[in-house]
Amino acid sequence: MSKEHKLTIEGNEAAAYIAHRTNEVIAIYPITPSSAMGEMSDAWSNQGRKNLWGAVPEVVEMQSEAGAAGTVHGSLQSGALTTTFTSSQGLLLMIPNMYKIAGELTSAVFHVAARSLAAQGLSIFGDHSDVMAVRQTGFALLSSNSVQEVMDFALIAQSVTLKARIPVIHFFDGFRTSHEVNEAHVPSDDVLRAMLPDTLIRAHRKRALTPDAPVLRGTSQNPDLYFQGRESVNPYYEAMPSIVQNCFDEFAALTGRQYHLFEYHGATDAERLLILMGSGAEAAIETVEEMVNSGEKVGMLKVRLFRPLSATDLIDAIPASVKKIAVLDRTKEPGAHGEPLYKDIVTALAEYIGEGGDRFAAMPRIIGGRYGLSSKEFTPGMIKSVLDELLKETPKNHFTIGIHDDLSHSSLEWDELTLAANANVTRCMFYGLGSDGTVSANKNSIKIIGEGTDLYAQGYFVYDSKKAGAVTISHLRFGPNAIRSTYLIGNNEAHFIACHQPVFLERYDMLAHAAEGGVFLLNSPHSADEAWHDLTQKMQQQIIDKQLQFYVIDAYKVATESGMGRRINTVMQTCFFAISGVLEKDDAIAKIKQAVEKTYGRKGAKIVERNFAAIDASLAHLHRVEVPREVTSHSIMHPPVAGHVPDFVKNITSEIIAGRGNAIPVSFMPNDGTWPLGTAAYEKRNLALEIPVWDEDICIHCGKCPFVCPHAAIRSKVFSQDAVADAPEGFKHVPVKGREFEKGSQITYQVAPEDCTGCGLCVEICPVKDKSNASRKALNMAPQPPLREQERKNWKFFLSLPEYDREQIRWNGMKGAMLAQPLFEFSGACVGCGETPYIKLATQLFGDRMVIANATGCSSIYGGNLPTTPYTTNKDGRGPAWSNSLFEDNGEFGLGFRLAIDAHRDFALQLLQEPGLNLDAQLINEILQADQSNEPGIYEQRGRVDLLKAQLAGIDNEAARNLESVADYLVKKSIWTIGGDGWAYDIGFGGLDHLMASGRNVNILVLDTEVYSNTGGQMSKSTPIGAVAKFAAGGKSVAKKDLSMIAMAYEHVYVGHVAFGAKDLQTLKTFIEAESYDGPSLIIAYSPCIAHGVDLSHNIRQQELVVNSGHMNLLRYDPRRVAKGKNPLQLDSKKPSIPYKEFAQTEARFSMLWRTHPEAADELMKKAQAGVMERFHHYEQLASLDYSDSKNEGEQS
Amino acid sequence: MIDLSTTYLGMKLKNPLVPSASPLAKDLNACKRLEDAGASAIVMNSLFEEEVNADEERLDHLMHFQDIGHFEAASYLPAEESYKTQLESYLEQLESLKQSLEIPVIASLNGTTPSGWTRHAKQLQEAGANALELNVYYMPADITQSSDAVEVRYVDILTEVKKQVDIPVIMKLSSQFSSVGNFVQKLESAGANGVSLFNRYYLPDIDLDTLEVIPSLKLSSSVESRLSMRWIALLRGRVNLTLAATSGIHSADDAIKMLLAGADVTHMCSALLRHGPDHLTEVLKGIESWMEENEYSSVTQLKGSVSHAKATDPTAFERSNYIKILNSFDSPDGVWR
Repeated sequence: MSKEHKLTIEGNEAAAYIAHRTNEVIAIYPITPSSAMGEMSDAWSNQGRKNLWGAVPEVVEMQSEAGAAGTVHGSLQSGALTTTFTSSQGLLLMIPNMYKIAGELTSAVFHVAARSLAAQGLSIFGDHSDVMAVRQTGFALLSSNSVQEVMDFALIAQSVTLKARIPVIHFFDGFRTSHEVNEAHVPSDDVLRAMLPDTLIRAHRKRALTPDAPVLRGTSQNPDLYFQGRESVNPYYEAMPSIVQNCFDEFAALTGRQYHLFEYHGATDAERLLILMGSGAEAAIETVEEMVNSGEKVGMLKVRLFRPLSATDLIDAIPASVKKIAVLDRTKEPGAHGEPLYKDIVTALAEYIGEGGDRFAAMPRIIGGRYGLSSKEFTPGMIKSVLDELLKETPKNHFTIGIHDDLSHSSLEWDELTLAANANVTRCMFYGLGSDGTVSANKNSIKIIGEGTDLYAQGYFVYDSKKAGAVTISHLRFGPNAIRSTYLIGNNEAHFIACHQPVFLERYDMLAHAAEGGVFLLNSPHSADEAWHDLTQKMQQQIIDKQLQFYVIDAYKVATESGMGRRINTVMQTCFFAISGVLEKDDAIAKIKQAVEKTYGRKGAKIVERNFAAIDASLAHLHRVEVPREVTSHSIMHPPVAGHVPDFVKNITSEIIAGRGNAIPVSFMPNDGTWPLGTAAYEKRNLALEIPVWDEDICIHCGKCPFVCPHAAIRSKVFSQDAVADAPEGFKHVPVKGREFEKGSQITYQVAPEDCTGCGLCVEICPVKDKSNASRKALNMAPQPPLREQERKNWKFFLSLPEYDREQIRWNGMKGAMLAQPLFEFSGACVGCGETPYIKLATQLFGDRMVIANATGCSSIYGGNLPTTPYTTNKDGRGPAWSNSLFEDNGEFGLGFRLAIDAHRDFALQLLQEPGLNLDAQLINEILQADQSNEPGIYEQRGRVDLLKAQLAGIDNEAARNLESVADYLVKKSIWTIGGDGWAYDIGFGGLDHLMASGRNVNILVLDTEVYSNTGGQMSKSTPIGAVAKFAAGGKSVAKKDLSMIAMAYEHVYVGHVAFGAKDLQTLKTFIEAESYDGPSLIIAYSPCIAHGVDLSHNIRQQELVVNSGHMNLLRYDPRRVAKGKNPLQLDSKKPSIPYKEFAQTEARFSMLWRTHPEAADELMKKAQAGVMERFHHYEQLASLDYSDSKNEGEQS
Repeated sequence: MIDLSTTYLGMKLKNPLVPSASPLAKDLNACKRLEDAGASAIVMNSLFEEEVNADEERLDHLMHFQDIGHFEAASYLPAEESYKTQLESYLEQLESLKQSLEIPVIASLNGTTPSGWTRHAKQLQEAGANALELNVYYMPADITQSSDAVEVRYVDILTEVKKQVDIPVIMKLSSQFSSVGNFVQKLESAGANGVSLFNRYYLPDIDLDTLEVIPSLKLSSSVESRLSMRWIALLRGRVNLTLAATSGIHSADDAIKMLLAGADVTHMCSALLRHGPDHLTEVLKGIESWMEENEYSSVTQLKGSVSHAKATDPTAFERSNYIKILNSFDSPDGVWR
């Protein structure tokens, strides 16, 4: 650690390395794409890794970024070197404290993976919207553009802030830099010490608040003083740029890497100049160099220190020959006359010229533009287009580049450009499944090449917005020089393309990327002779036209035979090394083997053995295909959406699914972020290898299978015999069991074959066993491909059958309730997701009158991540109206829905009495007196409202029009706030608490996975004691917060604690009771998650274990019962019947602690066991209290 | 002074009581207590190759296969460098037992594949094991496999392991062989230094509520020692390798019977789990006082004195109890009716 060495790492790791090495306290909160910095810091501290001064930094996870900022502020005020990591909304939540920290001239560095802000939609991707939103706080803004620079600037920023006493935001582009794998030299400890002398640290420490030398800070100042106080810091800001430059110089003297406040690249006599900051500057350097080589007088200026901006240094850095300047901002300020960097440059130059500056022959013409929002590609072609624009007499100002703006016509056109200077770079692309290890293997390859050879290596990984069956595309570059291509590999550029899953052949135009003479590697179950015929017409033509070398390997066969199961990553990696030509083959194979040994070593001798076997077998099974001269295939790529679809789906949804979203013009976009429902149904993903097949002869029609299905892919309907007259042959149905149905009624259970993900939960829950063969149930999994065609027809027919009349449904049983149509279907949630069955159930019960406020998290991603949404409508066009505001405010957001809807209803009630309308008195009376506590009541009220509207149609006045606009609010609406435990227990708890305290009728559904699932399993206050999670690598040491108990303390909140797999009827009952309660209802829904470290095919079993071990108690607390003299609390689960450890050992989140911290594991398990018994007894006592007196009191009052 | 010493796998032990593979060996404290209670050697809990493999798989999953391909999360559980596999823990446990105990420590290996057996055997030897117990349990569920083939499998494993290690190797067997004696002879020829008779296994049970097959195992009882006793008695004097008696030895009487039948050592597990390590002292005292009462001077003298070769009625070891009971009204020899 003490000497400078080279690592191949991601930007986040580079920042975290320095931050952890140079701080004493780190306060964090997870947010994409900066979470990894906090996670690594926590893991390192957990391993006892020390900082430069020999102490292990204290890493603390807070309840929100606002909390993290407060803790950082406190720690800084108490003299510790303190940092944090964040992005986007997280940074916004820190703003109040940032003013304080800067206002008090406090030394600190915040490392920010810069990301878009949620506006018309949320985006997790990279741009400068967040950092530009804090430019006014008094923090310095320092931009680094590559993995190496992240490492260097993290250190320089630390040095600068201690010297200048101005806090620094050190930022780099989210994903593009934070997640890019590249090489970085790690500064030695000597360099660190030289940059951070103890005198500076002592000075920081000396400024601490201490009772030994007490001072007062944080005063309240009046009109007489505040203004002067703000101006008192000016000398620090004036001195800052030169301090930064001095630190750059000092760093250069130590490492040889020289940086400047503004760095110019290009022709010495440049006339056209591009100014920008961030990773895009690297692509700009490449492009400018190429243009200069071809004789163009262009240059680019990289901005390092944006705040405080040194106009003098800026102007000094611009060649005097410059006549025109384009300034690019990676942010958007609607309504502003130009974006921030542009305006600063204009101001600086205008002031300079205005004050008589004579560096330039004339004031340069300056235009500003926007690029790269939300990681939009920024390529050499675009850069050239901007510089070319400057050739024009009147170049377009306030332009955009990278999109097609057919609305405001802001965009510049561009042509793609492959830089000749990069001819010696080998570019490789890999198409894999998220779960097949492709990305992991590629990261490994980069490490092998980056650290084991003189070549430079770069890796960038494009993931999916879906969680089930996610596709990954890896972009790797290798070359003799440092790689600064901060954009994806373009068309005709890839020298090597690997398709790790044959199903992609019909989905992606992979070979469009292939360069002439490149190599195409396909994992195929077919031989070299047959594989050619699997290709589409287009692919065959591409292979012939581009003279590609085509190789095949049956990776699954090789992996299986080598004992690797379905893990094909080593096999595909070996093939890559064998045929890509990046390294000499034998050398490469030796290096892979070394890497395998290094990775597993003594821990995994068997894995090493199997990997070696797979490596050797891969070479033996890799075959080159003789490419015929002619195209022989008749197959074409699958259209992204099949059949007749609405125009919106055809023009937009379908294009996004096909991966052509970048080409969608501005005018096509819903400008206020409003999108249609029901689109997931168009996206037939065919993920399941096996689907359930119904055995109608032994089925008892219990309704459990549609209940547990996470993707609403198995459903039941009851219908008359006549309805199936035109059924396709093979459509199964039998007379339904149960007297509640009309005589002769038929029932079917039908699977949606192309939407099912094959999780098998329906089979697991099925309670029926074939009497003569215990291995068979009423549902049995069978391979999907042979069933697909028939089941597709059956499914289509099933959809055409009428929905069962909701008024006739018996809601108290699963068989009845599951006849209700789910209005949440085919989401992109994980295979076997433990959350979605709850949402689906809510939509079955209340979907036609639901409004959902959804906290950011998994449920907002599978609920609303484009291109499609699983929320849908019924035949009347009714369905859940859904919106995601933020992560932290969902309780408040939902309360807002309630208030507005009540206001509309009240207005409608008021208008009903309006004398000018002269409405039918009996109708009005019926509307006012309506009982809407059940389905028939709601149905009838809808009928009355229709009659009312009919009457209103005949009345010609404003009151009638007004009443028409709110009449539907006379029908009950069901308000839901839905989110995970990260929201409910942590960041949104304050709002949730306030919502409960408000007493208003809002239903709160907490999908409790006991971790922050969406961002990768970080600890929340719901995480149980003894569980390992990110930020709790040593096992969480305190018990899970008992949110039920907190809510019950209000005594007016309905509380339900449910686990659908443990007691399905209790779940159903709880949802119905909660919704019917005219006040706040809280349902805490236990949701198994992949973050638990258990295969979700055991989802149901895990829920049973959870309840049987006492980890959770099923309960319902209904305040209405008190008035009836009954105890409001009903405990629906029994005394724990199995040891807690028996449950814990089945999930890796607990069991891995025995392998990492065995003593802590034993200790925490003991505490957990004691805790569950104590809690059970507590609940048991509460549930057994006698409330018979309450009835009398109630009557008296 | 009664000489309790015995020879086990070429090692001289101070007495014949050797705790067999049990969870007690996982606890250093419990092992110290066993040693203090008089244990003359200790067989560690088994290292199951299946568990080692599963553990490696878990580690592999943690390190490389947590990714589901979503932008926001590349993993869900922190893959810590401090993750210790079962194998590492076992080797550490062996090392620490060797450091803390003076009595020999026998490592126990339950393997499933040839490579697993040999690689792990070497590692156990390197970590200081005094001997190795191979706990082979192969269930020939494939009914096309002949009994010969099954036996060959055992012999092959033993041969491979013997090639790799210098320390003595004892085979722990089940009783499920057509000709136990003949098979033990084959193992001896293949280089086994001893056999431990007989192993007890989990047996399948059917849950009447779920109709699922579940494994079940109950602690042994004294009755179960009789099968081992029979075969030890039959083998004593006919083979030269160490005979270790295991299963159902709970009391001094059980142990004495085994020694009389010909065991070199008697293993104990269930009784120690049930009564704690100190139970061993009681058993030892019991053996001693029985020998004293019956005027035996050494275990060597006692060992095998009622074996098949030396029993008053050797055929009793050969007959099944059923016939014995039918004929139990017969008068003893020398008594006229």
